[in-house]
Amino acid sequence: METKQLSEEIRDEFLSAIEAASEISALESVRVAVFGKKGRLSELMRSLGGMEPSERQAAGKIFNSLKSELTEALEQRREELESERLLTELSRQAIDVTAPVRPERNGTIHPVTQVLDEVAEIFAGTGFSVAEGPDIETEFHNFTGLNIPPEHPARQMHDTFYFHEKSNGERLVLRTHTSPVQIRTMMAEPPPHRIIIPGRTYRHDYDITHTPMFHQLEGLVIDRNIHMGHLKGCLIDFARKFFEMENLPLRFRPSYFPFTEPSAEVDIGCSVKDGVRHIGLGGDWMEILGCGMVNPRVLENCGLDPSEWQGFAFGVGIDRIAMLKYGIRDLRGFFDCDLRWLKNYGFSALDFPTLGQGLSR
Amino acid sequence: MKFTLGWLKEHLDTEATLEKLIERLTMIGLEVEGVTDRSKHLGPFIVGHVIAVKGHPNADRLNVCTVDTGAERLEVVCGAPNARVGIKGVFAPIGTYIPGGDFKLEERAIRGVTGKGMLCSESELGLSSNHDEIIELDAAVQAGESFIKISGLNDPIIDIAVTPNRGDCLGVLGIARDLAAAGMGSQTWPYSGEEVGSFPCPTSIDLRFTENTINSCPLFVGRTIRSLKNGVSPVWLRQRLLAVGMRPISALVDITNFITVDRSRPLHVFDADKLSGDVHVRLANQGETLDALNEKVYPLDSEMTVVCDDEGPIALGGIIGGIRTACDTETRNVFVESALFDPIRTATTGRKLNIESDARYRFERGVDRSGARSGLEYATRLMLDMCGGEASEIVAAGIEPLDSTEIQFRPDRVRELGGLDVPSSYCAVILDKLGFQNKRTEGVWSVQRPSWRNDIDGEADLVEEILRIKGYDTIPVISMSGPKSTAPTLNKFQRRIRRTQRLLSVRGLDECVTWSFVSGHWAKMFGGGKKDLKLENPITEELSDMRPSLLPNLLSAVNRNVSRGYLDLGLYEVGPQYKNDTPDGQQTVASGLRSGQFTPRDWIATARLVDTFDSKSDAIAVLANLGVTTSHLSITPDAPSWYHPGRSGTLRLGPKNVLGVFGELHPSVLSSFQVDAPVVAFEVFLDNVPPQKEKVGKAKLPLRNSDFPAVTRDFAFLVPDLVTAESLVRCVASLSGKDKSKTIFSAIRLFDIYVGKGIAKGMKSMAFGVTMQPVDLTLTEDDIQRISQAIVAKVTKSTKGQLRE
Repeated sequence: METKQLSEEIRDEFLSAIEAASEISALESVRVAVFGKKGRLSELMRSLGGMEPSERQAAGKIFNSLKSELTEALEQRREELESERLLTELSRQAIDVTAPVRPERNGTIHPVTQVLDEVAEIFAGTGFSVAEGPDIETEFHNFTGLNIPPEHPARQMHDTFYFHEKSNGERLVLRTHTSPVQIRTMMAEPPPHRIIIPGRTYRHDYDITHTPMFHQLEGLVIDRNIHMGHLKGCLIDFARKFFEMENLPLRFRPSYFPFTEPSAEVDIGCSVKDGVRHIGLGGDWMEILGCGMVNPRVLENCGLDPSEWQGFAFGVGIDRIAMLKYGIRDLRGFFDCDLRWLKNYGFSALDFPTLGQGLSR
Repeated sequence: MKFTLGWLKEHLDTEATLEKLIERLTMIGLEVEGVTDRSKHLGPFIVGHVIAVKGHPNADRLNVCTVDTGAERLEVVCGAPNARVGIKGVFAPIGTYIPGGDFKLEERAIRGVTGKGMLCSESELGLSSNHDEIIELDAAVQAGESFIKISGLNDPIIDIAVTPNRGDCLGVLGIARDLAAAGMGSQTWPYSGEEVGSFPCPTSIDLRFTENTINSCPLFVGRTIRSLKNGVSPVWLRQRLLAVGMRPISALVDITNFITVDRSRPLHVFDADKLSGDVHVRLANQGETLDALNEKVYPLDSEMTVVCDDEGPIALGGIIGGIRTACDTETRNVFVESALFDPIRTATTGRKLNIESDARYRFERGVDRSGARSGLEYATRLMLDMCGGEASEIVAAGIEPLDSTEIQFRPDRVRELGGLDVPSSYCAVILDKLGFQNKRTEGVWSVQRPSWRNDIDGEADLVEEILRIKGYDTIPVISMSGPKSTAPTLNKFQRRIRRTQRLLSVRGLDECVTWSFVSGHWAKMFGGGKKDLKLENPITEELSDMRPSLLPNLLSAVNRNVSRGYLDLGLYEVGPQYKNDTPDGQQTVASGLRSGQFTPRDWIATARLVDTFDSKSDAIAVLANLGVTTSHLSITPDAPSWYHPGRSGTLRLGPKNVLGVFGELHPSVLSSFQVDAPVVAFEVFLDNVPPQKEKVGKAKLPLRNSDFPAVTRDFAFLVPDLVTAESLVRCVASLSGKDKSKTIFSAIRLFDIYVGKGIAKGMKSMAFGVTMQPVDLTLTEDDIQRISQAIVAKVTKSTKGQLRE
């Protein structure tokens, strides 16, 4: 028989045997039948010894080629069978991956904190720092220093929380606004000032839209050449950045506060659709804050010369702007600690507001 | 402050549209809160002439009226007693929306008779609460005419918010003056006639004050009008009052109310025949009372101004009249009062007695100092016109107070303070139109305020006047540019708070904000309740004391959430608590609690309840996050009384500085909050946490890694019960680096504490692993042996324990 033909016969026979082997042991038998001592290929190789040198070279080449082809086929089949076996074994280890994961607690950040962080971020980079003051205040800091005389309605019982009169006649109050920190700052440090003052404030009021405690943010800028144009610029920039609305309409209209002169209230544009208020263009206006140029009397009360120093102040309800921005309907929910409310309106600890990444998602 | 467009136009000659006027009002500081256009709903109503009335066949009290609507004759069913032949009423055709009843009129049978429309009462039109009678119109009107036109109700009502400094704008006249100054037309001259009295006033006035109290009522003018007849005031007047929310009463009262709104000039009329003797004004005597027009009796005191006759008080000055001298339909002779009352005294009295009145509202905000006499003259004119009679000469006591206020005004300040360049000539025009007297000199003007603007008392006020008339919207906007500062907005302490909040939320706790107050009961339970922290006027007894701890409010929150069905909670708050009423007594504390199961039940691991070590872990994590080296903390088993005495601890740095407390809450505290679940809590006192050391630059410490492998060896000791985990670990740690190989103990990890079977009473087993990190060599088995023996020797000696083999 021709060497080549023989080689092809063996090749065909064993390639189909390899193909047909369905287990590692069967494949091993095939290997022995080819490469074992008495294997077909071993026999062929031995037969080379009896050949003519000229014949031997050609046959050797053919047999070697057959050997490597079968070796490769065996190896390939072995890998196939191995991975089939592994697959079968791993399949037996299958679990229900739809089962829930281990529970983890995800905490939340209160909207008041989140909004304060947003505000601090907005004022960063323009030289503002955050000042604070005590909740329990003197009448001087809360009222008199701010040009609110004793007979002013705000000083009456129905608006202000009072503490019991002391033997020296002093009566402390829970601050009704964050403005006393203006007085504290101006009395403690020399101008210029650029501060924002967040904090708890208290008024004797409790209904659907009022809580006895709420949060305010105060701003104070005192310098030599600060005027109402700066006040407008500062608050327009603030409101647009805070509400993240480039074209948010703002309106400044004259108003009255004892501690500012001239005074203004600021409205932002909004529209009402199906009873829900939407901030932005829309023809309606909604008041969000009060502001004005610091009254010269207030500056004098703090020992500053109004002919040298002037500036502006503003006050805004933190809870209120949080409600507006994030669509929170009821103020009372802020202080109730209802888990469902906290989970719904709270923020992820990783939602750290930055100007670089955006104040909110 | 409500007024109608028509009323405004009596004082303002203007071509401006309603929209323009509204916009301008808001922009000059008289914020429009609403505009009511009654013609919207009343348009379809027409005049119906009742030409026949017959009884309803099936109902005694009903009639069937035939109504001429101008176009046709329709039958309607009507129950009003005044429905009679010949009257002209307000007719609603079928399909009309009835605003007073909020329904659409449909054709339906009333006891078998189908009406083709309705004759309306004032209540059905939403004009008043009168629903007994149908409206009777003037006989001169024509059937079919539009009701809205003939009634004057097509006059829109404007409601503005007047800031407390603008008493002058509590009168339509003042509003018109402002609008005229703002270019919305020209102000028409108000009535300024003077009635020459035909007889001397029979009532005299005496102001009985001292020099110190004369401000209470510096001026009182009055006059008698005799032989008049008090009846119903004319339709136009009643409509005006109704439009602004006032109830028409009688011509005399209506006239005073009208002038109150028209010029912000409150007046009072006394029935002169009920006066006993002359009138005097003084401070009340303690114990006097006034039977007021609102049918209440008020006790008076010596701080209140009263108008009196010989029998006693007949009115509270500037607030309310008395019933004894009130006018009624029988009144024939009146004494009309027009006076000035002190704003502060009026406000104080009104507040003390809790009386709200239109007069008080105006006097406490300040009325036109010069308006008393002209107001009286206007009232006289209207009374003579409407009620007839004869006016006396005017009697007056006191004088109009002199106003010597001169404001030094530099027109440049409008630009410097207001940021708007307004030519000084234009400033002068605005001040002039607003009624200011202005002596112009180079650079500085001397400005006198008008008699109705007591609120103006400085240069900044004048800047505001000019800016608001010019419009705040015209001030150019300038963005704030910051100084080149690298300092963060928040200071170190504020950043500490932020870090703490973010950390606790990452640890699975939900941030809360709770009241700064608690009930006296909770305050006491949590170490507070002192008098200096009690409110004099708390909103409820539940919120009476400044909180000594954040925990009571968080525990109340647990109670509320549990009752809603949420048992496994993690809540925290970073906020103030109060030790005393000084600024330093307010501490900032991070407090939190966990209740129920640590995490919800799951299928992989057995759920476990929260325990002391969860709260300890929270507290330590907060401190570590603020840079405290937590291995330096000393932990002692003493915590405040609201904690479980055996399962709580205090974290100190040094012997005195308490940084925090933690532990299981005391079961009796929990039961007083009606909380059944276990609750563990922590309180970290942020003010006590030492600030981190200032570093030069921001570079971190260089990393020093040993190239030699670390080795861990485990040890188990049997020690007396009293030996704490902390002391055991400290004892081992003291050997770190002490071996001749300089090996560092990079971790000492306690992994077992066991008491029970196989362990002698009074003893416990503690097992820990020590990770030995060599510095400059590889540890040999001999080295490890040597170090281990040192550990065993040290522990055995200092704990009197023994190694478990």
